[in-house]
Formats: sequence, C-alpha cells, structure tokens
Amino acid sequence: MLLQLFLKELTLELRRKAVISGLALYLFSTAFICYLSFSLKQNQITPLVWSALFWVTILFSVINTVAKSFIGEKKGREIYYYSIASPAAILLSKMLYNFLLITILTFVGWVLFVLLLNNPLVDHLLFGVTLLLAALGFSSSLTMLSALAAKASHSNILMAVLSFPVVISVLLIAIKVTKNCIDGLDRSVSYPELLTLLAINCLVAAASYLLFPYIWRS
Amino acid sequence: MNKFKLEWWKVVTIILLYYTVIGGFLIPVPRLHILNESIRMNYFHVPMWFAMMFQFTYSVWASIQYLRTNKIDYDDKAIESVKVAFFFGALGLLTGMLWGNATWGTYWTNDPKLNNTTIGLLIYSAYFVLRTSLEDETQRGRFSAAYNIFAYMAFIPLIYILPRMTDSLHPGSGNNPTFRLFDTSHDMKLVVYTAIIGFIALGWWFLTLFLRLRSLKKQQDEVI
Repeated sequence: MLLQLFLKELTLELRRKAVISGLALYLFSTAFICYLSFSLKQNQITPLVWSALFWVTILFSVINTVAKSFIGEKKGREIYYYSIASPAAILLSKMLYNFLLITILTFVGWVLFVLLLNNPLVDHLLFGVTLLLAALGFSSSLTMLSALAAKASHSNILMAVLSFPVVISVLLIAIKVTKNCIDGLDRSVSYPELLTLLAINCLVAAASYLLFPYIWRS
Repeated sequence: MNKFKLEWWKVVTIILLYYTVIGGFLIPVPRLHILNESIRMNYFHVPMWFAMMFQFTYSVWASIQYLRTNKIDYDDKAIESVKVAFFFGALGLLTGMLWGNATWGTYWTNDPKLNNTTIGLLIYSAYFVLRTSLEDETQRGRFSAAYNIFAYMAFIPLIYILPRMTDSLHPGSGNNPTFRLFDTSHDMKLVVYTAIIGFIALGWWFLTLFLRLRSLKKQQDEVI
C-alpha cells in the first residue's frame, strides 16, 4: 500500500509538470538573485555568507515544496484515500516522497550555488551527508505540519508560522556542520552533531507517526 | 454563591514564597568573583524554568488525554497551562537578562541557551496562532493538541540537548558548573529548592484561576 501510494505521488507529480518546474524555477531565481546582488563584488562572499545564503534559500524552497503536499489536495480525494488506506501509509508515503523531492532540491541548490557563487567547501562528502540528514529532518517534521495547516483557514501563512520554529533545531545543527565542512575540520568533530541530527529526526518522525491519525480523522 | 475557602496548599505556597523572598534577600551568600550579590538572582531565575517546564509537561499530558478521550475539559487545561508556562518563560528570560547585565555586562549575548529559549517560546506563540485560526471547537482541540505534543518534542532538544553541545558563558554548558555552584553553601541550596517548589505551586494556582475564569466565561456565553 505504501509503495503504491508513493508511486501514485510520483506519477501524479510527473504528469502535471507545473509544480516541479515551478519549484525548480523558484530555486533558480533565488540563487540567481543571490548571484546578481553579489556580482558587483564577487570576493565579498565569505564562506559564512555563502552558508547563510545557501540555507536561507533551501529553507524557503523546502517549505514551499512540502506545503503543497496536503494543501494542494482536493476535498473529495481525501475522503477517497481515507476509505482505501491507513493513515500511517498515507503519512509515510508522503514523507518518503517529500524526502526524495527535498533531497533533489537541496542537491540541485548546491550545484547552482557552486556554479553561480563559489565553492568554499572542503569536505564534500560530509556536506552531502548533512544535506541528506537535513532533508530527512525537513520532510519528517514538515509533512505533518502541512497536514495540520491544510485543514485550517489561511493555510499558507499558518504553514510558515508553524514550520519555522520547529525546523530551526534541524537547521542550527546543519549550519554548524556546514561550517565544519567549510573549515575542513576532521570528520570526527562533526559526528556528535550528525548523530544528534539523526536522533532529532527519529524523534520528530515518531511524533508525526503517532499524531497523524488524529489530524487525519476529521 | 460559593463561600470563599482557602485551601491548605495555597497557604503553604504563600509561606514558601515568603521564605524565598525574605531568605533570598537576607541569608548570607558565598562571595564569588564577578557574581557577588547578583547570585541571589538564582533564587528567582532558576525556579522560573522549573515552573515553566512543569506547566508545559502538564499541558502535554492534558493534550494526550484530550486525544484519547475527546473531552473539552482537557483542551481547556492544555491551553491555559501553556499560557501560564509562557508567562513563566518570559519572566525567566527577563530575570536572566537582568542577571546577565549584572555579570556579563550586557542584556543579551549570542548564547545558545538564550537564543534557543527564544525559539522555544516562538514555537508556543505559533501554538496560539494556530488556535485562533481554527474555528470549529473539536477540530481546534484535536489539532492544537497534536501540535502541542509535536512542539514539546521539538522543544526538548532545543532546550536541553543543543545548548549542552556548545561552549557558552551560561552555567550548565561548556565547562561551567550548574548545580555544583551551590556545593559551597547549604543555605543557598535550601532557598533554591524552596523557591522551586514555591513557584511551581504558584503556577498551579495561576492555572486553577485561569481555568475557573474560562469556565465562568463559557457559562456567561451560554446565558447570552
């Protein structure tokens, strides 16, 4: 069931290309604006500015991406899903799909930033792992919040308000590890952070898994 | 009309708080470098966080109960205790700022504990926003209960785990001691523990008052 729902999300997404191309354009525009605003003085982008710009861009694109996972659904279709699948399967399939989407998004964002700005990173593998873990954290926390926001009025504003504080703990660790990657520190320095990130991901995913049925039922 | 009745634990709370204030300002404290007399702030700053955590934990319990039983009473308990907790959190930040100004020379530093607590309070501000944007009563109860539990899950690492991983000026992170500070003085320990119990009980008192106010408002709405 989980796999079928996941494949359904994927085929639906590929069938209506508006969303995917919109997201790609969003990411590209943001990166390009960063590039343009710094193009007057290319050497102004210190590694820390790079990391700040990168994570701000990623955060906004990710929130926009995940927000549409429940907000975009039509009313009648929800009742249909409710009758054929368990809430856990629905949540997990959406989470998995969002994870895939966010991972692609962050890696494309990375490539764009390297192309348009510069590449201050020393330890690329570690940064890749950080991106993966952060994507997991974003998808596990935001999917559930998107379901929450979808049912309320003014869902777009609410999504932003609810998600920013919750993803900040993920973001803080990610930024810290990014700095380690930029400085080229030994990998063993970053292991405690990565483990904490993984633990937070598990915690938040477990909380979403337990709470989702209650939101879904209404 | 109900007759006014003072319950025993309220009397105990008053006595404990009196002891905190009088003992906190008059009992001699060990003279420590930089801290000096500002160490007395400890009697008021630390209990705020204990009172806040007590209320947040209680509200999570109430939210879990709400999801299990769907009784609207539990939803009332959850929202009112979050309000009380938020109040104590704000007071904790305020006392911390005063103390910081006395010892570090500035009201706000780039300290993980300060920043993360602010973020934590932001999480709960979002909880209030969520409540106002939902109209239906049962739906509001269920959603805000779910978000409350979720927020608590995000709050704990933010407050207890992340600050401990970095160096900071704050006691309890980096290489600074937390409660070892009081090993020197038995009197201080006594006052701090009294203050913690006293302020937790005061928070509980606030909660009962808020709950009564809420039920009275509901009765009033029904009459109209």
